[in-house]
Amino acid sequence: MSLKRIDLLICCGSGCVSAGALKIKEKIQSVLKDKGLLNEINIIETGCMGPCDLGPVMIVYPEGIFYQKVTVNDVEELVEEHFIKGRPVKRLMAQDKQEQVVSTAKEIPFYQKQVKVALANCGYIDPESLDEYIAQGGYEALGTLLTEKKPADAIEIVSKSGLRGRGGGGFPTATKWKLAAGNKDSQKYIICNGDEGDPGAFMDRSLLEGDPHRVLEGMMIAAYAMGASKGFFYIRAEYPLAIKRIKGAIEQAREAGLLGKNIFGSKFEFDAEVRTGAGAFVCGEETALIHSIEGERGHPSAKPPYPSDKGLWGKPTCVNNVETFANLPTIFLKGPEWFASMGTKTSKGTKVFALTGDVKNTGLVEVPMGITLREMIFEVGGGIVGDRNFKAVQLGGPSGGCLTTEHLDVPVDYESLKEKGAMMGSGGVIVMNDSNCMVSIAKFFLEFSVEESCGKCSPCRIGLKQMLDIMERITSGKGKEEDIEELIRLGEAIKQLSLCGLGQTAPNPVLSTIKYFRNEYEAHIRDMSCSTSVCLDLMHFNIDKAKCIGCSLCAKKCPVTCISGSKEEKFTIHQLDCIKCGTCMEVCPVKAISKIPQMNDEVKACREKQRLQSEYEE
Amino acid sequence: MKTLADLKKIREKAQEEMKLRGSNVRVKVVVGMGTSGIAMGAREVMKTFLEEISQRNLTDVLVTQTGEKGLSSMEPVVDVVEEGKDKVTYGNMTPEKVKKVVVEHIVNGRIVSEFVVTTGN
Amino acid sequence: MYQEIFSKYTPTKDNLIYILHDIQDNDPQHYISEEAVQAISEYLNIPSNHIYGVITFYSMYSTKPRGKNIIRLCESPHCYIKGSENILRKLKNALNVGIGETTKDKLFTLELCACLGVCGNAPVMMINDDVYGDLTEEKIDEILARLREVK
Repeated sequence: MSLKRIDLLICCGSGCVSAGALKIKEKIQSVLKDKGLLNEINIIETGCMGPCDLGPVMIVYPEGIFYQKVTVNDVEELVEEHFIKGRPVKRLMAQDKQEQVVSTAKEIPFYQKQVKVALANCGYIDPESLDEYIAQGGYEALGTLLTEKKPADAIEIVSKSGLRGRGGGGFPTATKWKLAAGNKDSQKYIICNGDEGDPGAFMDRSLLEGDPHRVLEGMMIAAYAMGASKGFFYIRAEYPLAIKRIKGAIEQAREAGLLGKNIFGSKFEFDAEVRTGAGAFVCGEETALIHSIEGERGHPSAKPPYPSDKGLWGKPTCVNNVETFANLPTIFLKGPEWFASMGTKTSKGTKVFALTGDVKNTGLVEVPMGITLREMIFEVGGGIVGDRNFKAVQLGGPSGGCLTTEHLDVPVDYESLKEKGAMMGSGGVIVMNDSNCMVSIAKFFLEFSVEESCGKCSPCRIGLKQMLDIMERITSGKGKEEDIEELIRLGEAIKQLSLCGLGQTAPNPVLSTIKYFRNEYEAHIRDMSCSTSVCLDLMHFNIDKAKCIGCSLCAKKCPVTCISGSKEEKFTIHQLDCIKCGTCMEVCPVKAISKIPQMNDEVKACREKQRLQSEYEE
Repeated sequence: MKTLADLKKIREKAQEEMKLRGSNVRVKVVVGMGTSGIAMGAREVMKTFLEEISQRNLTDVLVTQTGEKGLSSMEPVVDVVEEGKDKVTYGNMTPEKVKKVVVEHIVNGRIVSEFVVTTGN
Repeated sequence: MYQEIFSKYTPTKDNLIYILHDIQDNDPQHYISEEAVQAISEYLNIPSNHIYGVITFYSMYSTKPRGKNIIRLCESPHCYIKGSENILRKLKNALNVGIGETTKDKLFTLELCACLGVCGNAPVMMINDDVYGDLTEEKIDEILARLREVK
C-alpha cells in the first residue's frame, strides 16, 4: 500500500488541456518536489469531468474538494494552504445557486440532475490504467458473460434494457446484433464509430479519452453477442489523444490476456485495432465509414444491403457508436431492468449531451432520458448567461432542428423530439439567447453540410448548394419574396431523395428555423433588417452626434479609416467603406456608437443603383 | 488473466490503491497537520498510522489530514471517526501511541482512554 | 526512401489511409508528393489515380508543400459565435498569409477546419497535434512566438 495521503485528480480532457491543465500539473509537480512532498501526493490525469466552462478543474481526495478555474499562479497557494495545512482554498471553489461556497462536486448545481452511466469513470480514474478500470468493476461484465452465458443471452439482455444506438439513429442495438448473429458467415466484424463530426459534439471524444477500456469492453460484449472475432475502432484523425488512449488500452488488454484466444478461459477469440479517418464528416455514416476502412473514398452506399448482411469486405458487420458501447458493461453488471428503469417508455437509460452555447454551465452532461429541455437548460445548464433571454435550442447539430420557448417542457427522448421536428442526434445541444440570428445559424449549419457532402448524389450535391445560395442572398440583403417557399420546396425534396443520412437531414436546420422563426426570414428579405444585428449586411454602426464628444478615438482605431469628422462637427462613419468590424463601438469612451439593425439607407440606395445598372447593361 | 478469480484479485488490490477516492471506508483517521501540529511531530504520527494500517492490510481504514485544530497544547492531535459512533479526539500523540491506538481502538474497537482529549463534536 | 514507412504495413489497400498519414506526417513539408504517390502505387499495387481520388476526398491530406506547423482554425458555428472570425483576422495579419497559404519562412500554414470537438472552450484551433482553446488575440501572439522559438 502506498504512503500517499492525497489523490489529486486533474481533469485532462481536451477542453481543460487546451485551457492549460498540463502546465498546471507540471507546476504542481515542481512545487511538490521543492517541498519534498512528491511521495505523499498521487497526481492523476483523468478524462473529462464535465464542466468545460469552469476549467481547468481538479478534485482533491479524500475530501473530494472541487476546484475550478485553476491557474498556474494558484499552485503555490494550493500546495501551501490545502496540501500542507489542510485548509482548502475557498476562492477557487464553486458556488451553489445561493452563491454559497460548496466543497464537493455533488453539491454543485451542474451535477445534481446528472446520472453517470457511460461517464461513470470519466474524471475519476486514470484512463491509462487498466488496474483502475478493473477497480471500478471493469471486465467483470465480460468475464461473467463469457463464462456463464451464451451469445443469444447477451442479445436478450440488451433487448430487455431497451438500449438504442446513441450515435443519432436510435436504432435498437439488440436488433442490429440479432440481424448479424443470424448470418451464417464465419467471419464477422464489429466496428466502433468514433468519427464524431457533428459541430458541437464531444461526447465520444471524452469517452474514448477518459475511459477507453469501458468502450473496449463494450465492443467485446457486442462482438460476443453477434459472433465477431475482429473489431475496428474508427476514430477521426482530429482526435489524436483519443487514438493514443484506445491504442494504449488495446495493448494493455492484450498483455493481460483480455484479447486473443480463449478469453477468460472460454472459446471466445477476439482482437481489435484502430483505424483513423482523415477529415471527412460523411465517414460517420456507416457505409461510408466501411469504405474508408477499406481504403476507398468515403462515399455512402445505398441500403439494402445493410452492413449486418454485407459490410466490411462483404462480411456481416455491426457498426455501433462509442456511447452505445460505453453503456454495455454497466447494463450487464447492474442488469437490464435497472437500465430500463430510467428514461421513458421508448427511450431507456441515460444520454450524454454536450451542452454548449449561451448557458452558464457548458460542458459534458449525462442525464436520464425524459428530462425536459427546461431542466437541462435552466438547472443543469444553470440558465442563460448574462441578462439575456432564452431564444432557441438546436439539438442534433447539422442534422437537427431547433426548438423554442414553447417547447421547453418537451421531454428529451427520441420520439418526443421527432414529433416536434427536431431530433436527438448524437447529443450536441446548442442553447441560444436572443442575441442570435436564427437565419444566420441555419446558414452556418447548411454551409457545413455543403462542405462535407461527398458529392455522390445530386439532390445533396446540387440541392444543398442551391439552398445555400438562397441563404447567402437572404443574409446579405438580396433576398427575394419567393425565397422562403423555394427553400421549403428544395429542403423537402432533398430530404426525400438523398442517398444517405447526411443529405436526408441537412435541410433540417433551415426548415425548422423557417417553421418557428419565419418572421426573421421575412424581415431579412422585406425590410433588409437583421433584428439581432448579426448579419453584417443587414445592420450598420451609427454615431449618435448628440453623445459624441469628438475625441476622434474611433477614427484613429478604424482599420479602414472610414470615420471622419472633427471635435466641433463630431464624427461620422462612411457607410459604403465600413467593414463592420465593431472596433469603433468597442473603443468609444462615451458609448455614442451603436448597432442599428437595418441596412443603411445610403448602402441600400447604392446597391439599388448597381442593380439597375447591371440590368440595363444586360 | 484467465479467470474471474484472477480479475477479482487485481480488482481488490487496485481498490486498495484507490482508497483515497473510495467510499467503502469504515474508519477515518484525521491527523491535525497545522503548523503547530507539524512542529510537534504530526508528520511522524501520520506516517506511523499509514505504515501500521498498511502492515495489517486494513482496507476499510482511511488516513487523512486537516488543518489547525486549535488545541495547540495537545498537538499532535488525531480524530478517529467511525460511522454511527462519537468522534474520539486523541492528543499528544507519538508514533508509539499510534501503534496502541491502531491495535486497541481501530482493530479491536476499544477506545484508549488515557490518550483521549475529548469525545463527540 | 519510403521503405521504412512501408515496412510497417502489409501491402493491402485498406492500409492506404494509414500510409498516407504516415508519409505526410514524416515529410518536413507535411504533404504527399508525386514521388510518394508513385511509390505507394507500386507498393500497394493500386493505380495512382485511385490514390489521388482518396487524397483529394479527405481534407487532411495535401498535395502541396506546407509549413512546419499546420494551423487548423475551427470554423464551425460554436467557434464562430465565440469570435473565430476575429481570431482568423488576427492570424492572417500576424502571419501575413491567406487561408490555405504558407508563410515565406515555411514555418506556418493557415487552414480552416470543421468542428474539433472542444466546443466548451471555443474558439479553438489545432496546431499539428496540439489543441489550443479559449483563444484571444493575445494568446495567438504568445502561441506563435513560442512556436517560432522551437528549432
